[in-house]
Amino acid sequence: MSAAVQAKAASRLLLSGNEAIARGVWEAGVKVAAAYPGTPSTEMLEQIALYPDLYAEWSVNEKVSLEVAIGASMSGARAFCAMKHVGMNVASDAFMTQTLAGVVGGLVIAIADDVGLSSSQNEQDSRFWGRFAHVPVLEPADSQEAFDMVKAAFDISEQYNTPVLLRLTTRICHVKALVTVGERNNRATTGFDITAKRWVMTPNNAKAMLPKQIAREDELRKAAEASVLNVIDAGTDKRVGFVTSGPAFMHVRESFPDAPVFKMGFTYPVPVQAIKAFRATVDHLIVVEETEPLVENELKAAGLQDIHGKDLLPRLGELTPNILIPAVFKFRGEEPPATTTYPKYEPFPRPPTMCPACPHMGVYYTLSRLRKRVQISGDIGCYTLGAGSPWNALDTTISMGASMGIALGMDKARSEETKDKAIVSVIGDSTFLHMGMQGLLDIVYNRGNVTTLLLDNRTTGMTGGQNHAGTGKGLHGEDTPRVDFAQLVEALGVKAERIHKVDPYKLPVLFKLIRQEIDIHEPSVIITDRPCVLSEFYGKLTPYLVVDNDCTGCGNCINVGCPAISVKKTEVIKRDAAPDIVKKYTTIDTAMCTGCHMCVESCGPKAIVPAQPVAVD
Amino acid sequence: MSDNLITNILVCGTGGQGVMTAAEILAQGAIAKGYDCKKSEVAGMAQRGGVVTSHVRFGKKVWSPVITPGTADILVAFEVAEGARWADMLRPGGIAMVNTIRLVPPVVSSGLFKYPEDPVATMRAAGVTVYDFDAGAIARSLGDLRLINTIMLGAIADFLPFPASDLEEQIVGRFRTRKPAMVEVNQKAFELGREAARAQAEGSRKLAANQ
Repeated sequence: MSAAVQAKAASRLLLSGNEAIARGVWEAGVKVAAAYPGTPSTEMLEQIALYPDLYAEWSVNEKVSLEVAIGASMSGARAFCAMKHVGMNVASDAFMTQTLAGVVGGLVIAIADDVGLSSSQNEQDSRFWGRFAHVPVLEPADSQEAFDMVKAAFDISEQYNTPVLLRLTTRICHVKALVTVGERNNRATTGFDITAKRWVMTPNNAKAMLPKQIAREDELRKAAEASVLNVIDAGTDKRVGFVTSGPAFMHVRESFPDAPVFKMGFTYPVPVQAIKAFRATVDHLIVVEETEPLVENELKAAGLQDIHGKDLLPRLGELTPNILIPAVFKFRGEEPPATTTYPKYEPFPRPPTMCPACPHMGVYYTLSRLRKRVQISGDIGCYTLGAGSPWNALDTTISMGASMGIALGMDKARSEETKDKAIVSVIGDSTFLHMGMQGLLDIVYNRGNVTTLLLDNRTTGMTGGQNHAGTGKGLHGEDTPRVDFAQLVEALGVKAERIHKVDPYKLPVLFKLIRQEIDIHEPSVIITDRPCVLSEFYGKLTPYLVVDNDCTGCGNCINVGCPAISVKKTEVIKRDAAPDIVKKYTTIDTAMCTGCHMCVESCGPKAIVPAQPVAVD
Repeated sequence: MSDNLITNILVCGTGGQGVMTAAEILAQGAIAKGYDCKKSEVAGMAQRGGVVTSHVRFGKKVWSPVITPGTADILVAFEVAEGARWADMLRPGGIAMVNTIRLVPPVVSSGLFKYPEDPVATMRAAGVTVYDFDAGAIARSLGDLRLINTIMLGAIADFLPFPASDLEEQIVGRFRTRKPAMVEVNQKAFELGREAARAQAEGSRKLAANQ
């Protein structure tokens, strides 16, 4: 059990932003919390699930998670929803109208921006949703603030009849800092009022709500101007003052301890008047915001022209002291202080790899053997790593579930050169259920010629192994109904004879099956059904080793891509009229090997054998 | 400002080596001594065999959660090439405590890149003070490779602004309640880590004296 869950009021604990928010959510008296996993937001729901007296779930995607939270809020309960930045792109349809309808129980949505892209396909500044949807945005700068602000957000939500966005970044979610916790507010739930009719957003009803939304935003602007969440840190060095928020505040304080700082916690509506007053107290003003010039542009639009921001600072990534210090020194016309003493040294890249025995390797090894014949439309998950070495067998990754729609578009836009190419889409189980199904339905409906590889590893792998509707288990590990993928895709209209289940460890079977299906010009689905090696469903087998005398150095096993296999010795054979042949003699780390057998299937001379005698059953 | 001395410790290694756990223990040790503390980590895709770092900062009041390049007091490297990769984070006079294990990633074993011959020599040539030893061998001699974590913490224990015994208590305390059988071997591992670092410090003093 987590220390944060058991901690009594007034305890001081080292908590990540995600853990602190979970505690804050529980203390705020939340009854319903929902999310779909996504780095760096995942741990919020994992932690919330450990607390008593509330309902928490993994939803199938972010839009559904928000809808669950909306339903709870309509029913008078406090509700919470967490997602990574791109999750709001999915959830925004529900969000943009919810903001018009308002709340009964407080509704707080935590959005975690992956500033610096530690594990994302893009960088977005989620503060824009505040302006877009006319809702308040709160921005904590560390774990304690995350804890305090999530509680404040519920009060603001109920006071102003609006959902509230809690904007986080990776440096909040994944930084641990000290937090003093409090007690749970056991707030009563009113239940849904069937007579209210306020939730039916027909054009007429919605039209009537628009002026109220504008009036609400005016009230929120006044609230932001007076909010205790916006703080002025008076400094002695008045040459440059800063307006900043979130982790950027910490970097500013670290870099310029004596500078005056206007620290925003309530960042939308922007407290323009308060900042104007602050501007008058300093010689120059620099707005330091991650990542877009949102506040800066708003201030300029309000007539505060003599300010700086993105003219001095980058528009992407984190604004850490090593970025801030040289930029501000330069602005002040001073020589920046020396930074590092020792030279930067880059030995070799160490990109993320698939795990030993990862079932995805079988799929990509097979696709790499068919590389010349196929275009491969990929998706978001561990299997995105198939784009890398040694497979180089993934050509696109755009967004969750996009692989099949994109594959269909490729199919319909063939050129003379690509008319004979087979088009394959690759998607994982969790991603398929998240946003992928509709893409497959579109392929079937529009008679596309696409072979879909549905990699069912019974977990949400990339985010650390969360359950989903296809695992048969819920957020708390409890048994739930499990989706039958074969039945599901058949119900979408894929012919039964075009649906196959295959063990991805059986490379020759998989190879024949993919080759067969890409030659048949109608929608087909190949479901691979090996669990993730890190999941509870995976069973380890006897490891293998390479018999040195039998290894011919062909290097086929290396191309499987397993981190347990490495080259022990290379030998270059010079040839006169032809390129040199490089022999790669290999070895297997038996401590890493789980006995999956894939490399054995790739080995012509049968040089890979079990490390111990195998029991005969 | 001058009364706010911050200790910056960068822990680095590869996914699955226990970098996060070591950083967590350091942070808890600092908190137990009454320091403010922040611990920052880069995980996400790094979980899959990639580079992992964790920044631990403690002092009277810690603002930024990240260590500015050139200001780390101690670099704890769980892998030797990772030590070389992050050595520029050290301040002048900072020390690199390096486990000499070489973890070869697939991009190297497949021949796309080369693993450097001697990363420690590269660091020393750049002027970095390096204490390098084979923590894996010590762990193996104690019968459990997972002890590398405790050995590395033991190795830096005498370079912290609080007594080594306080850090040891952080580690041992974790086992006392959950796995009491592991207490003694962890104490031993911690002590051997300290000894390894001491031997290295002695060696570099002699070296300096001879030059």
